[in-house]
Amino acid sequence: MKTAVTGPLSPGIPQRSTLALVTLFLCPGLLIYTVFMVWPVAQAAMFSFFDWNGFGWPADFTGLRNFVSVLNDPLFWKAFGNNLYLIVFMMATVVPVALGLSVVIARRIPFAITFRLIFFLPYVLADLTAGLIWRYLLDGDYGMLSGVSLFGLDEAYVLANPQLALTAVAVVMVWKSFGFHLILFVAGLQQIDHSLYEAAEIDGAGPFQKLTRITIPLLAPTIALSGFFVVISSIQAFDMIMAMTTGGPSRSTSTMVHYLYADGIASMRIGFGSAIGVVIFFITLAFSATYRKLSGRYA
Amino acid sequence: MPKGNPSTVRDSAAAGRAPGRRVDVGRVLVCAVLSVFALVVLVPLVATVLGGFKTLGDLRVNPLGLPSTWVWSNYGDILLSADYWVMLRNSLVVAFLAVVFTILVASMAAFAFSQLRFFGSKFLLGYVVMGLMFPTATAILPLFILIRDLGLMDSHIGLVLPKVAGGISVAVVLFANYFRNLPGELFDAAFVDGCGYFRFYWEIVLPLSGPIIATVAIINFVASWNTYFLPMVLLSTPELFTWPLGLMDYTDERGSDWQMICAFVTLTMLPMIVVFLAAQRHVISGLTSGAVKS
Repeated sequence: MKTAVTGPLSPGIPQRSTLALVTLFLCPGLLIYTVFMVWPVAQAAMFSFFDWNGFGWPADFTGLRNFVSVLNDPLFWKAFGNNLYLIVFMMATVVPVALGLSVVIARRIPFAITFRLIFFLPYVLADLTAGLIWRYLLDGDYGMLSGVSLFGLDEAYVLANPQLALTAVAVVMVWKSFGFHLILFVAGLQQIDHSLYEAAEIDGAGPFQKLTRITIPLLAPTIALSGFFVVISSIQAFDMIMAMTTGGPSRSTSTMVHYLYADGIASMRIGFGSAIGVVIFFITLAFSATYRKLSGRYA
Repeated sequence: MPKGNPSTVRDSAAAGRAPGRRVDVGRVLVCAVLSVFALVVLVPLVATVLGGFKTLGDLRVNPLGLPSTWVWSNYGDILLSADYWVMLRNSLVVAFLAVVFTILVASMAAFAFSQLRFFGSKFLLGYVVMGLMFPTATAILPLFILIRDLGLMDSHIGLVLPKVAGGISVAVVLFANYFRNLPGELFDAAFVDGCGYFRFYWEIVLPLSGPIIATVAIINFVASWNTYFLPMVLLSTPELFTWPLGLMDYTDERGSDWQMICAFVTLTMLPMIVVFLAAQRHVISGLTSGAVKS
């Protein structure tokens, strides 16, 4: 801490002007942040107690009825279940794939930079773009599976099949994000002290032992971080759903945010939609807190 | 085994030869696995680009191969339509404004948090960082009401302000970390010379903050450029649409004219791919470090 210069009594700056300075530097940011971020979230909490179509001022106070409606709605639980499925699917695929590839790519292999570049490429695309590309590729008439008989079906209309659509969405989410997680792991691997591997080799450890006894335990914080991003991005899933399936068929790919869109925004039920938003907020909070606590034990 | 540093790829051949033949087999296997993953990433993208050069009939029988005849008019029609360029311009305006505002207000706030001691600074910093927990979905309906009541509905500035508000938390954390690590001698020298705080921020701190400004710019540019949910709720005039809205509209209109949709998708993802390839290292490290530090 540079107490000599960070204090209000820095040379040349009289003390009384500190308050003015702080105000000048902080105000623009704090104002925008408060008005367009904190205030709307607080208002969501308030609106959720009213039945309101967005015109005039909310007057029809209904207490917790909106929350009861949300939590009694099978469509909400359908969406919630789909979110859970996305989390589990991504955890089971993205994390091991990215970890495995990062260990491989950190070795001295030709074109390592090119590979990293290619793997990261889908991550900079919009979810919407990735979703549309795969909606085309998975189209039963024109996509890459057209004419292919899959699982005994005549034509593979993957996204029209309630049993397959959500998995297809999950696969595209993996396709889009594994390169990002890979970079996280590459950065984590660079933190590991190489003398550990040399010591292990002298003790006769094979590549598998080095992986399970050194790499994975020392990467635990990165694995936890990667899993955290999986949880957050899966809970927020929306754009890709809109591009691929718009939540269908028969809500088989609806997520909580899609439910908010379809049953709150599209029908201008401000109170009900705000209640969904508040529920999403608390679920996100609960998931990240639980996840942090669980992973904190190992990281 | 030496540290896996990608910048030393050139001596990899020499390093691989030393331990003998078995390692070479392993290396070939490794490259094969990586190539398979690279193909999984690239084939969908290439198929989409090529799809834009095909006729619909060609697309149906030949989804992954080269076009049997190269049709240039799909791309030509889109590139000659004013809508496409208006859409890109709208997205560019929104992203540019969001990036500039975010950098300006976040760096100023971070400067105060890291260089000035004042009552309640810890509390206020915590208040700003709290924003990292807010899902856009929670705020979206009240934002709609707020933007409408402010008379900013269906305007680019009405889209930029929430975008800035959403980007501030990460940006303040990144800037504050960076400012704290600037050498203390700078401050001493500047204040001995009688430099005021504002001049110090504007003429010394900001010019020294190139790397972190680049990181914040990249994070917010990508976020704004790709944003869909917010403009979908806030914009209704097609002339103001950003490209994600235009793309979804185009897809709805075209139904299963997949050759046109492929061309449109290609032309809308092209700008971001160009940016990415031009500044690959900055983009990769910017997007990952931004996520990690926040």
